[in-house]
Amino acid sequence: MDTVSLTINGKQIVTEKWKKILWAALDNGIFIPHLCAIEQRPLPFAACRLCFVEIEGRDEPVTSCTEEVSDGMVVYTRTESVLRLVRMGFEMIMSRHPVICKDCPANKNCALQEIAQQMGFKLKPKRLLQILPELPVDDSHPLFTYNPNLCVLCGQCIYVCNEVLKKEVLDFNFRGFMTRVGTFQDRPLADYGCDSCLKCVEVCPVGALSIK
Amino acid sequence: MEKTIRGRLEYLKTEALKDFKDKGSEAYGAIYVGTATCGRSAGSMEVFHAFEEALKNLDIKARTFHVGCHGHCYAEPMAVVSKPGWPPILYGYLTPNRAQSLIKRFFNEEDPALEWALGAMKDNDMIPTVYETPRWAMEQRFLLENCGAIDPENINHYIARGGYGGLAYTLEREASKVIDEIKSSGLRGLGGAGFDTWRKWDICRGNSESPKYVICNADEGDPGAFMDRTILESDPHAVIEGMIIAGVTIGAESGYVYVRKEYPLAVSIMRRAVCQARESGLLGENILGSRINFEIVINQGAGAFVCGEETALIASIEGKRGMPAPRPPYPAKRGLWGRPTLINNVKTLALIPKILIQGAENFASLGTDRCKGTAVFAMAGKIQDAGLVEVPFGTTLRGVIFDLGGGVPPVIKASNIPGEKPITTKKKFKAVQIGGPSGGCLPEAFLDTPICFDTIFDTGAIMGSGGMVILDEDNCAVETARYFLEFTQKESCGKCTFCRIGTKHMLDILTKITKGAGTMDDLDMLQELAETIRQGSLCNLGKTAPNPVMTTLEYFKDEYEAHIVEQRCPSLECKDLIAYYIVPEKCQRACDACVGSCPTEAIYTRRDRLKAIDQEKCVKCTNCMEACPPQYDAVIKVSPLSELPESKADEK
Repeated sequence: MDTVSLTINGKQIVTEKWKKILWAALDNGIFIPHLCAIEQRPLPFAACRLCFVEIEGRDEPVTSCTEEVSDGMVVYTRTESVLRLVRMGFEMIMSRHPVICKDCPANKNCALQEIAQQMGFKLKPKRLLQILPELPVDDSHPLFTYNPNLCVLCGQCIYVCNEVLKKEVLDFNFRGFMTRVGTFQDRPLADYGCDSCLKCVEVCPVGALSIK
Repeated sequence: MEKTIRGRLEYLKTEALKDFKDKGSEAYGAIYVGTATCGRSAGSMEVFHAFEEALKNLDIKARTFHVGCHGHCYAEPMAVVSKPGWPPILYGYLTPNRAQSLIKRFFNEEDPALEWALGAMKDNDMIPTVYETPRWAMEQRFLLENCGAIDPENINHYIARGGYGGLAYTLEREASKVIDEIKSSGLRGLGGAGFDTWRKWDICRGNSESPKYVICNADEGDPGAFMDRTILESDPHAVIEGMIIAGVTIGAESGYVYVRKEYPLAVSIMRRAVCQARESGLLGENILGSRINFEIVINQGAGAFVCGEETALIASIEGKRGMPAPRPPYPAKRGLWGRPTLINNVKTLALIPKILIQGAENFASLGTDRCKGTAVFAMAGKIQDAGLVEVPFGTTLRGVIFDLGGGVPPVIKASNIPGEKPITTKKKFKAVQIGGPSGGCLPEAFLDTPICFDTIFDTGAIMGSGGMVILDEDNCAVETARYFLEFTQKESCGKCTFCRIGTKHMLDILTKITKGAGTMDDLDMLQELAETIRQGSLCNLGKTAPNPVMTTLEYFKDEYEAHIVEQRCPSLECKDLIAYYIVPEKCQRACDACVGSCPTEAIYTRRDRLKAIDQEKCVKCTNCMEACPPQYDAVIKVSPLSELPESKADEK
């Protein structure tokens, strides 16, 4: 196995070649916030924009899910410019996500809570106003509930449903701020030939898809 | 049948010229009517039919042709009339009636109706040419050479003018020679980024994987930009020839034209052109008798601005939702169906054959050191002579806007007194928005900037694909920024956090400011959002979305402050901050023009017979201001609202 050696936050790390920085860091106990990344995915999705790191010699922070490790690379995960982006990105996500942890099915098992805790961020956005779209909850399926209001649009459910299992029940609908996950023509899940494999519920990092 | 590639093309050319001659165009004259989308919306189809009818009625054998767009939108519908014994003459502002009488006067009475003519198209002793006017004199048509001169639906017109010579050139040479020629021309991609074209081609050619693909990006979506549409509709074979040359050079056998569905005429013209090229043996198998094959598929987009981004465009062709993917891998390495793909803009591809035919040196002699050749701009907004202009790189913005475009037009209001001249009010230039919603708003101080990818980028705007929207003193900088941001937010694919949610917050703040509810802290937040969105977004749509805000914040900060501190819109555009008021000293008792124009019956007659506006009912539609005769000019806009003189209730 080809290996490369790099430094992350001053820690010497030996890892496989072709690995992305994000996974090398996580494997070695260095936390980098992320919502959309899936290691097996051949091309990173790179949508949540939370996994920024700074690489020595580069002008601007880069997403660690898209950058491959290389020998002698020097990476920092918590520089000022990284934190500026990550803090703003997280605050943006939280400005569209109701903070109702007590009533949320993902409470204590939520990627957002983990990021807030690890990074020392507040869950409620301080600088941005909350804009909550108040979309109808899809309760049509007998086994699980889909609450688009809690969704962070990480695309993990779509990836397993379409690319891995080839069931093609879910995809992104609409544009701009109103973009959301849904079925073709935004019909209720129960009407759309979902065979209840529940893989989407399994991968959802927040409480948008939850078992009844 | 000829044996060589060149011989086969020469044969096609002879046949093409014969087609033109045999049908009497030279002996009896010809009329070329500009019937691209812009001409048609100005009524050129009616003009075309009027010409045909008049020729038939008077039994004149001259031929009529549909040609593409001349680029002079302000003077549409336009036609060139070529009569034996006369130089070809260009007519503008035509109507069906004028067309009929023109035929009668010119062909039967030898009177060329010069009052409707813009000028002759060739040097002669009788009529001044159009090239004596600044618009024509300063323009240098290289890319748009054929636009308005040939019938886009007849391949013979293109071939007769030397078309497909660039393809023959390519088929006769090594691919590396073609790339060398493009390299020495200095051509940079005209889609907006300005990447060296030869480099992209060379990377694709060097990639040993196969199959490879060529894509023509014709998903022009900027509000106010229409260069690509004009080229597709006026000179489709240049694009097709450019694509075949690209395919032959990099070793691809199929190409896609990704054209937006909102361009139905461009789609049908391109489809026909592809069929004709195939019938002539210029496309398909064994092109011009060589062993080389190339096929073109026309792919219609579903009207998404983001699909102009190359990775989103590829996803769209693959049948997926048009969402950008992170780069690298660049399409040249891993593009359509995971294969090496060359994506070029319409303009870049259309330039290739012209460069090969006329020589790289010819092209490189135009422009500046860093930017060779010409730039095409679509001028829209507050500009006298709207339309397309093609100028060498290095021309200043002032030259383009004022010398070619005629500057900001005055407002002309017809007098209601019979026989009185209309009253004109001059308007001041305020800013130019370059590069559409991804571009920036540049004030007068930047007008002497020579046009080049790099110099424009340094100002905070981008060259983009060449949209140019001119704003005058009546356009509010904040409202302009808000308008463009509303567009990008609506067109965001929703994939990445910064673009989906960040631009929404920026839009909300800007909307708040235009309503007079903003605070000075909002400006800092706007700046912070703009900078993080620029750094954090996944694709260039997101990265450039804050440009209109960043440039207006930098160059028009005083306007933002006026909205926030004084609740005043200096340009009197933001509806929530202005009120309409009838100045009693100017109002003419006997006139009722404003009363009748008001859709909400907000205007009432006071006891003294003067008119006044009930602010509660007023919807700020501007009708009364337009209806008020210019010699009174009694209706004015007031901002802030606190400046509005109180209207006495008992006067009602």
